[in-house]
Amino acid sequence: MAGVAGGNDFQWCFSQVKGAIDEDVADADIISTVEFNYSGELLATGDKGGRVVIFQHEQESKNRPHLRGEYNVYSTFQSHEPEFDYLKSLEIEEKINKIRWLPQQNAAHFLLSTNDKTIKLWKISERDKRAEGYNLKDEDGRLRDPFRITSLRVPVLMPMDLMVEASPRRIFANAHTYHINSISVNSDHETYLSADDLRINLWHLEITDRSFNIVDIKPANMEELTEVITAAECHPHQCNVFVYSSSKGTIRLCDMRSAALCDRHSKFFEEPEDPSSRSFFSEIISSISDVKFSHSGRYMMTRDYLSVKVWDLNMENRPVETYQVHEYLRSKLCSLYENDCIFDKFECCWNGSDSAIMTGSYNNFFRMFDRNTRRDITLEASRESSKPRATLKPRKVSTGGKRKKDEISVDSLDFNKKILHTAWHPKDNVIAVAATNNLYIFQDKIN
Amino acid sequence: MAGADGDDSLYPIAVLIDELRNEDVQLRLNSIKKLSTIALALGVERTRTELLPFLTDTIYDEDEVLLALAEQLGNFTMLVGGPEYVHCLLPPLESLATVEETVVRDKAVESLRKISQEHSPVDLEVHFEPLVKRLASGDWFTSRTSACGLFSVCYPRVSSTVKAEIRQHFRTLCADDTPMVRRAAASKLGEFSKVLELDYLKSDIISLFTALASDEQDSVRLLAVEACVSIATLLPQEDLETLVMPTLRQAAEDKSWRVRYMVADKFSELQKAVGPEITKNDLVPAFQNLLKDCEAEVRAAAANKVKEFCENLPEDSREQIIMTHILPCVKELVSDTNQHVKSALASVIMGLSTILGKDNTIEHLLPLFLAQLKDECPEVRLNIISNLDCVNEVIGIRQLSQSLLPAIVELAEDAKWRVRLAIIEYMPLLAGQLGVEFFDEKLNTLCMAWLIDHVYAIREAATCNLMKLVEKFGAEWAQNTIVPKVLGMANDPNYLHRMTTLFCINALSEACGQDITTKQMLPVVLKMSTDQVANVRFNVAKSLQKIGPVLDSNALQTEVKPVLEKLATDTDMDVKYFAQEAISVLALA
Repeated sequence: MAGVAGGNDFQWCFSQVKGAIDEDVADADIISTVEFNYSGELLATGDKGGRVVIFQHEQESKNRPHLRGEYNVYSTFQSHEPEFDYLKSLEIEEKINKIRWLPQQNAAHFLLSTNDKTIKLWKISERDKRAEGYNLKDEDGRLRDPFRITSLRVPVLMPMDLMVEASPRRIFANAHTYHINSISVNSDHETYLSADDLRINLWHLEITDRSFNIVDIKPANMEELTEVITAAECHPHQCNVFVYSSSKGTIRLCDMRSAALCDRHSKFFEEPEDPSSRSFFSEIISSISDVKFSHSGRYMMTRDYLSVKVWDLNMENRPVETYQVHEYLRSKLCSLYENDCIFDKFECCWNGSDSAIMTGSYNNFFRMFDRNTRRDITLEASRESSKPRATLKPRKVSTGGKRKKDEISVDSLDFNKKILHTAWHPKDNVIAVAATNNLYIFQDKIN
Repeated sequence: MAGADGDDSLYPIAVLIDELRNEDVQLRLNSIKKLSTIALALGVERTRTELLPFLTDTIYDEDEVLLALAEQLGNFTMLVGGPEYVHCLLPPLESLATVEETVVRDKAVESLRKISQEHSPVDLEVHFEPLVKRLASGDWFTSRTSACGLFSVCYPRVSSTVKAEIRQHFRTLCADDTPMVRRAAASKLGEFSKVLELDYLKSDIISLFTALASDEQDSVRLLAVEACVSIATLLPQEDLETLVMPTLRQAAEDKSWRVRYMVADKFSELQKAVGPEITKNDLVPAFQNLLKDCEAEVRAAAANKVKEFCENLPEDSREQIIMTHILPCVKELVSDTNQHVKSALASVIMGLSTILGKDNTIEHLLPLFLAQLKDECPEVRLNIISNLDCVNEVIGIRQLSQSLLPAIVELAEDAKWRVRLAIIEYMPLLAGQLGVEFFDEKLNTLCMAWLIDHVYAIREAATCNLMKLVEKFGAEWAQNTIVPKVLGMANDPNYLHRMTTLFCINALSEACGQDITTKQMLPVVLKMSTDQVANVRFNVAKSLQKIGPVLDSNALQTEVKPVLEKLATDTDMDVKYFAQEAISVLALA
């Protein structure tokens, strides 16, 4: 069975798994976001405990030429701490909602991380030299007699073991009344936007004490509130364009050139609802949980509860492609509503050439769709297949009455094992899949 | 010099050197700021061979330390052995020019520009220019952005072959992949144009300018507007039409409001740069469009420039242009939907009266002033009131006083205390323009009412206002109109109002002079020393200390001293403290 992506026939195989094996998962260890940097050399994850872990791609080793090298821990730091808002009597969780890398500007790497309220800019830099030599103390740290200093010593720099430092460079706080769901770096490299349930702010990366409110959908009377912003993203090339999605399943595209306040959209993407499938859950499952521009900037992809849609930016009335992620759950919506799973926010991602897309499901399953061949595949991130270079077997969920061999019945799916966050290497067929507290890395094996 | 005379002179330097690596940023910063002391002690040789190599790699430090270092190195030429060795400073500044923090990078570039002047022409080509090239072709955009700021300082002093290379580098950076670098290049385009030969300006810069002005990123395009000013100044008048105007026209109608905003913001500079003829034919319609722009930010920026634009119009046709083209737009702005636009206009509109003269002002501008004086937004009204002096010169303020008064009264009673505060601050100005009679008749009551405002900041400002009024109208006026009222408040049942009396006395004593202070104010202050509220009593002590220097020594000894001595034995701690302080300051002990 061939994998999807780029047309070449290949199979996905296991590369690495990160995180503890214990059945007993600490809440703080649950991964809440995964993101490759622009070159794919670094991979960052954030967790509910407010930590950011960065993995670095090791160069290929000679004795294992078939693998493209592994990702190893490069830096770990505590990005956010739990806080308490005394004015509103609210606890602010430390959970990292999103991480976004900045385009590389010098030898150091920069990323933005955010929890519900505060966005931070982190610098991750390397250091391989250390200064040595003091005037007032000797090598062992003993103080010298200050009256017996006969000459001055200037410290000299000596090589030392590589040290990776993460330092907070800027803190963008106090601009969001509601929970931040998205951050997105603009292609002008100097601004970024942050979105919460009702507002979108535009920041300058060097200015922390003010931001511009560019979208505000808060009604004068909160009782008239009918929709919230669920995700927002800047266009990859056009610095004036951004989109935001709503809980009603619509997407608005705004042009910052036309006005300072983008209350009026330039484009409005909406697929007319099919009256025949209308139900109590229609509005909930149509809510968009993620929106991503393709690398080319021509398309965007949205994820709702049951499907992924690809939209051509030039066509507003319907998506150009629709992929069912787990249509078999349509009959289960009632129980999914009861256990709150229906409100899960699945993310989605493009591969480097925009030819394939990936998104998560339940039971530690994740789905990939090849846009050219329209083939799709279900794979599982599990400890069982986590042997080096083990090929991932496609999984099938039985939808009919009779369950075939190798199939799993809808009723036996584990809804506690959900894959919400995935990331695709910007160039290669390497993917990172967050399954609760474990990060799985898979890569292709060419036949 | 180093180590010449023994231990105790070396010790402080040793501490400074060690503290370059202290864990405490403040101490590191302190040491960096005294880098010249360290270098002086080490001597030029060791500074070059030991200190500078160490500093070259100190780029991991906090921004404020790096910023201080970048600044210090700009003044280091003598400490490394003079201009002959100035190139030794290039390596540390080069590494500082590649850090990610813009302020540090900019400071490093500034220092590099400074020391470039100290390079001999030979050194400039051997050391400095290669550095510029390295930065310009660096892998990271931080170094390339820094390079943009260095071209203009070395260009005039190098040979023509090197000049050609520099032009080539600048061209490359103008077309860089990253918008950061293109922005840096665009912002230095004007500066670079100034050092270029006119032929190259026409052949090279114009095409770069045109390209940047139609960049896909509006953040780049808007910087080209700034360059437009410098370029237009440099070109001969006859070339402007073909080389600059197409781009400028395009910018004024750009799809992005930020670019149009920039045009509006730079309008006066542009106007001066292109000269009167182009202004008449091109800029007037462009300005009209900006005043009618669909984006409020643009209208506000243009509204801000109305006066300056009109002032700089060619004299022969100024009045006609304003009356037929500008004024109709201005009239519309008076009733704009956006208050920032209205308030920007209100801050300059009065200035038009001097340009248009008495008759036009009365006929055309006065209705607009009056409309703005009645605007719903207090900021608009305030801006009109704060600029009354311009109108006063032309038509006299009486024309306005009918409408002025209700506007002032309304602002004086505005629910927002900041608005009340703002109008108080204009009172002395208004009083000066309206004259003492009008003031006594209409405004005096307001000024006194503020003294019992429930917000302290207003009471405080009101006190200060009285002092300024007395300075303007004189002590006699004070004695007749305000002093009795102020002193009357000393018997107010509210202790806050009683304290206001004291604050007023503090402020007024000097302006009123010895006679009024001794005869009228002092008895009241002394009487209040028996007030039942301690806060009043210790303010009596503070007041006595304040007005003491105005009183004659007789009054001090016979009247002030006994009261202060009594207060110094008060049961309240604070009263005692301030009484004792007054006694010692007035030297009554």
